[in-house]
Amino acid sequence: MLIKRRTFLQTGSLATASLLVPKFMKAFEPQQLLVPPGNKTLVVIQFSGGNDGLNTVVPITNDWYYRGRPTLNISAEKAHTLTTDAGLHPALTICKELYDQGELAIMNSVGYPNPDRSHFRSMDIWHSASESNEYFTTGWLGRYLDEQCKNCTTPTQALEVDDVLSLVLKGEQNKGLALRDPKGLYGVSSGRYFKSLHHAHEHEEETVDYLYKTMSETISSAEYIYRQSQMHPSAAQYPSTKTGKSLKTIASLILSDINTRVYYVSLGSFDTHVNQANQQTKLFTELNDALSVFVKDLKQNRRFEDVMIMTFSEFGRRVKQNASNGTDHGTANNMFFISGGLRKKGILNPLPDLQDLIAGDLKHQVDFKTVYATILRKWLNADDRAILGKEYALHDFI
Amino acid sequence: MTQRKRNQHLLWRSGFGPAVHQIQSLDQQDPSALWNTILKDSEKAPVKLEVAENRLQSLFEGIEGEAAMRQFQKENKEAIAEQVRLMRQSSREDLKKLNHLWMNEMVHSPAQLREKVSFFWHGHFACRVMSAFQQQELLHTIRTHALGNFGDLLRGVSKSPAMLAFLNNQQNRKRSPNENFAREVMELFTLGRGHYTETDVKEAARAFTGWSYDSKSGFEFKSYIHDDGVKNFMGRTGRFTGDDIINILLEQKQTARYITEKIYRFFVHEKPDAEKIQPLADDFFKSGYNIKSLFHNLFSADWFYDSKNIGNRIKSPVEYMAGIRRFVPVTLDNPNSSLVFQHALGQVLFLPPNVAGWPGGRSWIDSSSLMVRLQLPRIWASKEDFTLQLKGDDDVEMGRTPEEMQAARKARNFISRAGAADWNWEPVWKNYADTSRERLYEEIAAHLLQTKKAPGKQVVELYVDKSSREHYISSTIIQLMSTPEYQVC
Repeated sequence: MLIKRRTFLQTGSLATASLLVPKFMKAFEPQQLLVPPGNKTLVVIQFSGGNDGLNTVVPITNDWYYRGRPTLNISAEKAHTLTTDAGLHPALTICKELYDQGELAIMNSVGYPNPDRSHFRSMDIWHSASESNEYFTTGWLGRYLDEQCKNCTTPTQALEVDDVLSLVLKGEQNKGLALRDPKGLYGVSSGRYFKSLHHAHEHEEETVDYLYKTMSETISSAEYIYRQSQMHPSAAQYPSTKTGKSLKTIASLILSDINTRVYYVSLGSFDTHVNQANQQTKLFTELNDALSVFVKDLKQNRRFEDVMIMTFSEFGRRVKQNASNGTDHGTANNMFFISGGLRKKGILNPLPDLQDLIAGDLKHQVDFKTVYATILRKWLNADDRAILGKEYALHDFI
Repeated sequence: MTQRKRNQHLLWRSGFGPAVHQIQSLDQQDPSALWNTILKDSEKAPVKLEVAENRLQSLFEGIEGEAAMRQFQKENKEAIAEQVRLMRQSSREDLKKLNHLWMNEMVHSPAQLREKVSFFWHGHFACRVMSAFQQQELLHTIRTHALGNFGDLLRGVSKSPAMLAFLNNQQNRKRSPNENFAREVMELFTLGRGHYTETDVKEAARAFTGWSYDSKSGFEFKSYIHDDGVKNFMGRTGRFTGDDIINILLEQKQTARYITEKIYRFFVHEKPDAEKIQPLADDFFKSGYNIKSLFHNLFSADWFYDSKNIGNRIKSPVEYMAGIRRFVPVTLDNPNSSLVFQHALGQVLFLPPNVAGWPGGRSWIDSSSLMVRLQLPRIWASKEDFTLQLKGDDDVEMGRTPEEMQAARKARNFISRAGAADWNWEPVWKNYADTSRERLYEEIAAHLLQTKKAPGKQVVELYVDKSSREHYISSTIIQLMSTPEYQVC
């Protein structure tokens, strides 16, 4: 199907015809004509550093919350009201809108047994989808690539908008691609020297061949991504923040005909041991401003039904604030799912029980691997059992 | 296969590659003679790499006895907290310095074998703690015992504050055991997964209760939190202490087997070969875990020089950078340059990804890390006055595509972050003083690459600077370092 559409794009009369439409008319022309729906895409937004979930989805009527957070609480008046008991961080206005429109689902108390409070280790666990006493050298989305890409010629199914590729996108056989912007990677890999080397290389030695293969895939992928990103560059005005630029890159690619199914982007640091309120608001504002444009962009191009935005953090934070107007490393946390294609919306499960804690930390009620399984099977149509090595009960928000 | 290739194989695997002053001697020498020199060069005990001081140690100087200590701590809470704060504050910078110092040892030290084996243990006993002082002490333990007795090394590492802190043994108490330390000692340090039971983990954890450290002198056994009851461990019963557990683990042949296999996979070939490993492991066990003789057996074996073992190992980022700097003496503009690339390439000394260390092999390579690797020599060489661009009919600048211009801009960004370097070419040029112009490419390629084939001369020569003999040598070296072939050894 993908190939067909691409052929259509290159040769189709519509593409040519659109050149004849006056520019001001083009803005109103839905691009759905060029990219039909049905190509499901996942956008993962990682909150690095451990986002404070309790000040994200605020239990506005819970005394234990206010007791634990005498100066760091968000009052019911300031929070955006979601339900009688739950409010949203004031900076997340777009999420309030999405919530009201039935395009946001929130899963509370997501975590894993025997939680680790080290940033690095806990992120490792979330990336690799391991138990806390297991060490994997591959990530869950990397293993998705292994399953999905047995014969992929351009390994562009998963892209991370960053300089360095995270563990999450490393599989046994396949790895995602990390790029800050399509042009940059294309520039680096299109150097004539590397191309010449590649053309002259004769296959012979296993390890060197592997490196040449990776190099040639990078060269062709980078070119492919660059061409795609040039095809329908997003016309929307994104903020010039890092997240704004990243989401603009992602939007341009989603609106193109690229075969990418997974985009990965990080935001941080949410490690708010000191003066949390300012830092969290700053980061949420950056996210909110970029996300607002991104969602609008997708909606205007009628792609919002096919895109799932998922947020997570390596852990939440303690219920009680510390002495520096901050919070320390905690455990379970909430996850957001944003899409025009949700089956269940709103708050999916009860808010965390602040009286039933382990050593001052939230108990997890949902294993994050069940969320991954759901995304893999129901959204990406992949074999979650093979990827996660285990069968998990699925959720019904998709 | 040439004698040179064998010698270079030995130098790459037992150290960080041939140094500029070694290059000329490698054609005639016999690898076994070279190996004897290598062994000899690592005989001396290492000089400690020191960047951080234990501020508490000086604070506690002269206080004797537990009671006096408690009293002092009670009365000096603020002063102690201040010293701890200062140590933590400088830790980040100190860790950078330690990284820098050790990288320099890898590049310049004649004790290449000791540093290389230490580098292996650094990944085997992976430890991620932010205290520069603790890391410095652990590194010294590792470098001291790197070629000694594995039992001593294991005990030293297991009792280091860095490892006790990293594996949470401070929280392992009689009333609430924490199994992390006991589990990793077996899973990662000695037996490997599948050679112990969950009961063994639980019982060993009980035995390790009380293994702790104090800020004054390091390891401390706290008897009041130690569980001195009877334990059942690996089919034996007794009131075992942590030391007993370590001894029992060393009595298991599996420990010798596990360590030997890991060494084989790191130093010889990623795919383990049981036929080669078993005799090595048997000898290792019989010798009472003599690490030096294990390496002697390994590097003296005929099969070590089998062609399938040569040129097939992807250099780790640290090995890659150290190797470049040994071949051409390089002074980095900014000492943090190596750190920037360690981050970009996925291997930062003292920051292993987790307790299992760096997985190595193909995991070093993804699209972005490979492109950064291939750019690295050119970025370091960006101040050099030779040119690496294609010389055609076009003017150099105008001949570049917009994408290449973009790449150059991107490289400049990297340079501003990572810095370029000064390359000391004089001794390198001297190595080729007697080489005819026609033979230069071939020789340089033979000195740099361990693969069976080098990239074609006709291709590479399109991108080298032929304006002078010196420029030709230098730019050829840079271009050959920027190839997939140079990424392996």
